[in-house]
Amino acid sequence: MSVEIRIPTALRAYTDSAAKVSVQGGTVAAALGELVEQHGDLKRHLRDDEGRLRSFVNIYLNDEDIRAHSGEATPLSDGDVLMIVPSIAGGRSGALAGTP
Amino acid sequence: MSLRISALELARLHRLAAGGYPHEVCGILAGRRADREVLEVVPLVNERADSPANRYRVDGLLVMKAEQELEARGLEVVGYYHSHPDHPSRYSDYDREHALPNMSYAIVSVMAGEVAETACWRLSEDRSVMDAEQIEVGTGPATLERSCL
Repeated sequence: MSVEIRIPTALRAYTDSAAKVSVQGGTVAAALGELVEQHGDLKRHLRDDEGRLRSFVNIYLNDEDIRAHSGEATPLSDGDVLMIVPSIAGGRSGALAGTP
Repeated sequence: MSLRISALELARLHRLAAGGYPHEVCGILAGRRADREVLEVVPLVNERADSPANRYRVDGLLVMKAEQELEARGLEVVGYYHSHPDHPSRYSDYDREHALPNMSYAIVSVMAGEVAETACWRLSEDRSVMDAEQIEVGTGPATLERSCL
């Protein structure tokens, strides 16, 4: 079984400039696991110190957010396409009451 | 390597930042990645309606769509920009935690509605800091080098 993972521009420095990486994997978690096994420097940019996907990292399975399915436990089929789609976010420091 | 931008586009960036005050504005710095040259400043809509004075966010699919439109016009993403209303142009921990590697992040400080300074930052490989990136402003055939504008 083969799954294609599409890599955003900012992270292609860690995939030898490849925009697509083919992996095996029965679930989203397994596919992402194989991706970071192949390209280890990707991991720190995809996951935080607790191993969770960073908040700005969105994963789409065939154009649907995996959060609408079973998250990283979502099963994959041969030919599926996963996209790593980062949001952009930030903001100044300094206390503003109630800011998450 | 420095971030290069024309005086015209820098002025446009400053107008966008001042025009959005007291809210944070954000967008894409588009141009040539290999040269870190900004040819066009592309504004995006800040989705953080809950706290627009100190946060910005743009959904990943909207960013991707904007980037695909730029690619169709032969432009690449060099980085992103946002403003800091009534705050210096130094990056915050929140900026760093949400930064992508290999991208330039321009931050425009807007104090009381007026642009005060602009600085640029790039995430370190270990994500622990953002390093200052010099900005070169093109003034026709020559360029002026400044670290803070």
